[in-house]
Amino acid sequence: MSISPILRALRRHKAGVVLIGLQIALTLAIVCNAVFIIGERIERMNRPTGIVERDLFLIQQAWVNAPNEELEGSAQKLGAMQQEDLAALRQLPDVESVAPTTSMPLLDSSWNEGIRLDPDQPQQTARVSFYLGDEQLLPTLGLRLLAGRAFSHADILHQGLRDIRQPPVVIVTKALADLLFPHGDAVGKVVYLAGTPKPITIIGVVEQLQVPGINRWTETFAYNSVLLPIQREGFFAFYAVRAKPGRLQAAMRAAPAALYQVNPLRVFADIRTPSQSFAAIRARAYRDDIGMAILMGVVCVILLGVTAAGIVGLTSFWVGQRQHQIGIRRAVGARRVDILRYFQTENLLIAGGGAIVGTVLALALNLLLIQRFEMARMPMSYLWLGVAAVLLLGQAAVFVPARRASMVPPIVATRSV
Amino acid sequence: MLGYYMLGYYIDLAWRSLRRSPGLTVLMVLAIGFGVAASMTTYSVFRAVSGDPIPWKSSQLFVPQIDAWGPSSRDSNGEPPDALTYTDAMALVHAHRAKLQSAMYRISPSLVPGQAGQHPINVSGHAVYGEFFPMLDVPFLYGSGWSADDDAHQAPVVVISGELNQKLFDGANSVGRSLSMDGKDYRVVGVMDSWNPQPRFYDLASSANFNAIGESVFIPFERGIAAGIYNSGNTNCHEPRTGPGFIGLQQSSCVWISYMALLDSSAAVSQYRQYLDGYAREQQRAGRFHWAPNNLLRDVPAVLDHQGVVPSDTRISLLVALGLLVVCLVNTVGLMLAKFLRRSGEIGVRRALGAPRRALYAQFLMEAGMIGAAGGALGLLLTGVGVMSVGWVFRPEIAALARLDWSLLGITMVLAVGVTLLAGVYPTFRAARVQPAWQLKSN
Repeated sequence: MSISPILRALRRHKAGVVLIGLQIALTLAIVCNAVFIIGERIERMNRPTGIVERDLFLIQQAWVNAPNEELEGSAQKLGAMQQEDLAALRQLPDVESVAPTTSMPLLDSSWNEGIRLDPDQPQQTARVSFYLGDEQLLPTLGLRLLAGRAFSHADILHQGLRDIRQPPVVIVTKALADLLFPHGDAVGKVVYLAGTPKPITIIGVVEQLQVPGINRWTETFAYNSVLLPIQREGFFAFYAVRAKPGRLQAAMRAAPAALYQVNPLRVFADIRTPSQSFAAIRARAYRDDIGMAILMGVVCVILLGVTAAGIVGLTSFWVGQRQHQIGIRRAVGARRVDILRYFQTENLLIAGGGAIVGTVLALALNLLLIQRFEMARMPMSYLWLGVAAVLLLGQAAVFVPARRASMVPPIVATRSV
Repeated sequence: MLGYYMLGYYIDLAWRSLRRSPGLTVLMVLAIGFGVAASMTTYSVFRAVSGDPIPWKSSQLFVPQIDAWGPSSRDSNGEPPDALTYTDAMALVHAHRAKLQSAMYRISPSLVPGQAGQHPINVSGHAVYGEFFPMLDVPFLYGSGWSADDDAHQAPVVVISGELNQKLFDGANSVGRSLSMDGKDYRVVGVMDSWNPQPRFYDLASSANFNAIGESVFIPFERGIAAGIYNSGNTNCHEPRTGPGFIGLQQSSCVWISYMALLDSSAAVSQYRQYLDGYAREQQRAGRFHWAPNNLLRDVPAVLDHQGVVPSDTRISLLVALGLLVVCLVNTVGLMLAKFLRRSGEIGVRRALGAPRRALYAQFLMEAGMIGAAGGALGLLLTGVGVMSVGWVFRPEIAALARLDWSLLGITMVLAVGVTLLAGVYPTFRAARVQPAWQLKSN
């Protein structure tokens, strides 16, 4: 079919054409960016933590009458209180293993410092997050050791909350090991922490462990985790607990009761949920992302719906206006399918024009989001998908009025409207 | 009189016209309704998080920042740390150069209920100076804050929230009664009326910006220090601490104390600036700072702006929702154009019978206004649904702030009718230009 008669006809409906085109352009611009935001959030939520999340939960608690750390002999008391808790938890029938820990991936409570290969270098080699725990931490979190060895009982140091001594050995993630020692021989090598000259030996490398932080800044070192063999003994203590397979709920109920039995004078971070399943920690960490994805999804659905409705409405009007012309065309030999094609081609032209403008607008909107909100650059694939989507949407929306147009009988040509 | 009559006539005409093509009418109403509701729902959240928490004196409340770390740890914009070291906070407290002032740090002591069989609970609050309460106009249900004397004597007194008072004392006037925190007894001197300013402007350095639940306890700053109640807010350090424990923290260069000062005139502000610079220079002379003074004194609106308390997700949502409204607007222009021009014949007849262009403008804008009103009604309904379901989309602390109030309802309606009238301008202009002779001939 020749396009030029369609173009000539469109020139007689400039306003309508411009309005549909503009609407398609704006829809494309917004939908592309909204879907990109959804994609980004889903990608973020799908990042692995490196731990075995199933059957894992966390207890964050503090003792009410803990001895003041600055007093003589308090360290032994605090240590004994924690050991008592750990022993009580480890005895529970539904519990597989327990470890004291300072944080968890996605918990958003982190201790971050710089790591150096040479104590005198002015700039740190990498930024890292610490996990402190005992020899049970690796099995409890379900971390897989790739090289070297795990912590032994003898490695564990017992320290107060604000004790600043550093351990002689650490375990690092593969991501950090590769960054520090690209030849893959990190085990046995020495690193320096927090600008102190004390050499620390890497004794093991675990496959993967995400840092606890979930903000933009911690994302720049998302897998640079360092495990320190330190059992922190202060007025509060966090316990990572792995339940026996399928016994998570039972273990989560039993654990706080067991702790209260050991010592009722304690508080949990949240009295309503003393045991936080890892699933709950994950949901909390990503609630903003889930919300944003839902909102953008709703906006996209409304936008596409409104635009489709607009196309149906305006095309219906044109069909009504051109009844006479359609009748003439049918009378001089055009088939029904020709009329259908006519309106479909017309829509394709308008939507195509809108899509070209929309592509520019989409990139401009993305640029605005990059500048104002530190968003990432949108890959072109989103744009092509968006263009395909609005062209298809146009075709689908135009089909109903176009079919009605094709039903106009040739006899209409003989009537004077 | 004629005006009234004509108005009724236009309403009648508009109503007939809308009923003649219900499909188009419904489409327009839906587009306006959804567009307005999406914008207003996200706006309600944006309005809640971008508001001034203390509008009547926010421009008199200042947050001093002192550079205790030096150029090596400044970020690219030369910003000093956002909180104070214990040393600097104490110097400002003792100099007392502001009309009202308070150093503060976040605490979360555990509270042991009096009744047997109840488990201890964690409560959150701040250790502050007595001037904190009058400075921030904290409302009291019973009693009041404490005196400068109580501050000086590290008195074991406490101001509690109405909610905590309800929980512990069944809402009775509990002034004079005592409660046990971290194993020590405190005497209640005041019970606050509900007070949970959003964002928590008095300690942005240490608190989450938005909090669904207000703080429960306030104790004297120096009492908190003396009793060894650890800070539960942020602690930022740029060099390893030399001493252990809470005492070590107080002696360190770590920043963990927030500060607020009431300065009620521009003269007071510039004097305070001079004082801060003088203090920093003094520290430089004493050898504690090895750099020139780099202080900041921002008022609350400036701090809120600098800290970027409005989450970027909220801004992006509003931006996208406004984009949606624009699309709905363009859509409505198109549909209205179709609707009005479809009646070219009728317009021709009316023009030929002597109706002036003005009358056509009035008639079509009336029709647009009615569509807008219907869209607004749908928009109100959907905004209500939207505001109620923001909890699905925004985190609870923020979602709880979004409220459906009269001003939001008013804005929704005005926005709906306003944008629809705006959308009606071009179609009305086109409709009024219809040539009567041409129309009559072609029919």
